Amino acid sequence: MKYVAGVDVGSTQTKAVIIDRNRTIVGRALLDMETSMMTIAPDAYRAALKNADLTEDQIEYVTATGYGRYNVTFGNEQVTEISCHARGAVHLFPQTRMVIDIGGQDTKAIRVGPEGQVEDFTMNDKCAAGTGRFLGAASYALEMPLSDLGPLSLKSTNPVRITTTCTVFAESEIISHLAKGCLPEDVLMGVHHAITSRCVSLARRVGIESEATFTGGVSRNVAMVQLLSQQLGIPINVSPDAHFIGALGAALFAHDRAFGGTQQIAAAVAEEA
Amino acid sequence: MTTAIVEVPSVRTSNAPARQAVWTPFNARDEGQRLFKEWYASLEQANERKEPVANVFVMGNAIEILRSFDFHMVFPEINSLQTGVRKTSAEFIRVSEDYGMSPDVCSYVKADMGMMLKEEEHPTGKIPRPDISVSSNMCGTFIKWAEIWERRYKMPSFVLDLPGQRTSNWVVRPGDAQHSADSRWVEDQFKDLIAKCEKITGKRFDIDRLAEIQGRVNQMVIHWNNVMELNRMCPAPYNAMLDGLTYIGIMNVYRGTVEGVDFMRRLEEDIRAKVARGEGRVPEERFRLLFSGTPCYVSMRRLVELFESWGGVFAYSDYLTFAAGGMDAAELLYDTSRPLESLAEVTALAAQRGLSNQFFAHERMEKQIHDYGVDGVVFHGIKSCRFVSAGMADTRDYISKRLGIPTLYIESDLIDPRYWSDAQIKNRVDAFFEALQQRVGAGPMRGREVPTRTGCAL
Repeated sequence: MKYVAGVDVGSTQTKAVIIDRNRTIVGRALLDMETSMMTIAPDAYRAALKNADLTEDQIEYVTATGYGRYNVTFGNEQVTEISCHARGAVHLFPQTRMVIDIGGQDTKAIRVGPEGQVEDFTMNDKCAAGTGRFLGAASYALEMPLSDLGPLSLKSTNPVRITTTCTVFAESEIISHLAKGCLPEDVLMGVHHAITSRCVSLARRVGIESEATFTGGVSRNVAMVQLLSQQLGIPINVSPDAHFIGALGAALFAHDRAFGGTQQIAAAVAEEA
Repeated sequence: MTTAIVEVPSVRTSNAPARQAVWTPFNARDEGQRLFKEWYASLEQANERKEPVANVFVMGNAIEILRSFDFHMVFPEINSLQTGVRKTSAEFIRVSEDYGMSPDVCSYVKADMGMMLKEEEHPTGKIPRPDISVSSNMCGTFIKWAEIWERRYKMPSFVLDLPGQRTSNWVVRPGDAQHSADSRWVEDQFKDLIAKCEKITGKRFDIDRLAEIQGRVNQMVIHWNNVMELNRMCPAPYNAMLDGLTYIGIMNVYRGTVEGVDFMRRLEEDIRAKVARGEGRVPEERFRLLFSGTPCYVSMRRLVELFESWGGVFAYSDYLTFAAGGMDAAELLYDTSRPLESLAEVTALAAQRGLSNQFFAHERMEKQIHDYGVDGVVFHGIKSCRFVSAGMADTRDYISKRLGIPTLYIESDLIDPRYWSDAQIKNRVDAFFEALQQRVGAGPMRGREVPTRTGCAL
């Protein structure tokens, strides 16, 4: 049986996903951007192959996505992460009509069609305010791991107002609030509110739809999920594979190229059976 | 398909012999560059020769009056964009920011300020000091910018008050009571300007000269409209946001001149020939696009390359209309039997269309989308110009949600290279085309004819 892969080279992490003909995930890998930009993609790809217990010759097609997609020299094609997140989100949650993706340096609001096609999108421009980097700055200022930020902020009773729109200045603003005696959870909730308001503004620009799926690494943050759902006023889907959705979408594009449309696949699967 | 191409009437010019329609090789880019070089060269010695110089803007400039007094025309906006095209804008902007200007100030102003601080040294040569500046309220920055010259060069600044939109849902129509009143108001100001020009140059105003210049402007405008019309053909013979920028430069700098008429005539012939040969700007035209907003002169070639790599061509741009001095050229032809009145009427009309553009941009764009067979619209927001960027959100909303036409919003700047993020812009452009491709199917499309419904009403 042949497989296809998607590799998402993002600003902070690289993700690889391998799917089979039925579009089921059979292998995955996530590597932090600690090694070289040139080697991280093959490293993640190999790790995903190992995870799936497959070899390279069993992979029919590789689609690369993310800002580093052109560094994936073994990739057969490159697709932007905008298209890939849309495709991956609708695959996991078919009723999705809006995708919110908050990554390391990008925040996107994407309006999608029933097949996962991009109808419209908008992104943060020239500034990382409202992205994962904003949480990174908070994590650094509070000397706290990223994974603790969401749960702690939910304990807030009196959130502070973070006024700066600059990720770099946010750090000094956080420190100044802490110096004034504000509780870390209140400061953190202020940070989450600041990101959410930026993100909701992007969502309004493309038009808030009936159901949204939250993708990207920041979707693992429980406070962000809660705030986004409240402020958008619609249900938010979050998959345990949320941070792999870009890579999954890329793998689905690879699947189109390798195996064609749904009818062709059904026929091929039946033949194999 | 047929396009509404209009015959250009001959205009009686003083001693000019009738031009023979002989075909000679014509390369619009080379010819445009040659003319620009000549124009800048003509400016170099203007101060030394004591020849009058006027600083003007590309909109609402009364250039026909100034030309009738033989003023050298300096276009500070064009000087500034030229620093961008020549990749030197960063240095001029830095000089003005060192002087104390904020990063948020219009980058055209900052490049000009940098040039002033560098004693008028410009990549194209020495820019002469003006004897007068003519600005208008078509952009608030114009007036403040002119005040800087006024103080620096100790010369008069003439500000035209061009009435704009006063009530919502009102579109000015030529000849209606409001337009007539506005035209008289503008005409009175022109009379003041003429008196000022007479004083500066020591010459008497010659109305026949004005009519002659207006006649040449009319010829240029008709050729211009035909050139615009011809890009409705598929494949598009030129890229509105690359080739078109040369054309518009000539339309502005050589407005009302023999050279300008000649360039536009030859350009139209050249483009007609391309259409006849079926020659398109991109080898395989797949997507026809409309560009809305002002160019990013510092990276325009790169931006066009990003679009053309997907087979996308800018068939039309609203920039080519508003920066060519008018919104709907069909109504902007001069009646040379009433030179001054007609100049005022056309100026008032163009200004109102220009100033009110944001209120009706969506309607105009809807028509352009249809006329040019547009698959998608690209909005370019300018970081240092909120004036041209503010209305884009509404227009974009209308185009994408009401008409269902894919749109892309990208942001950079006129000439400040710091606002160009190549990876970010490429990402957006690629995603835009991926979405367009998903709409039409993955396979390459064949170029198709664009249906014509409305033509130039001249």
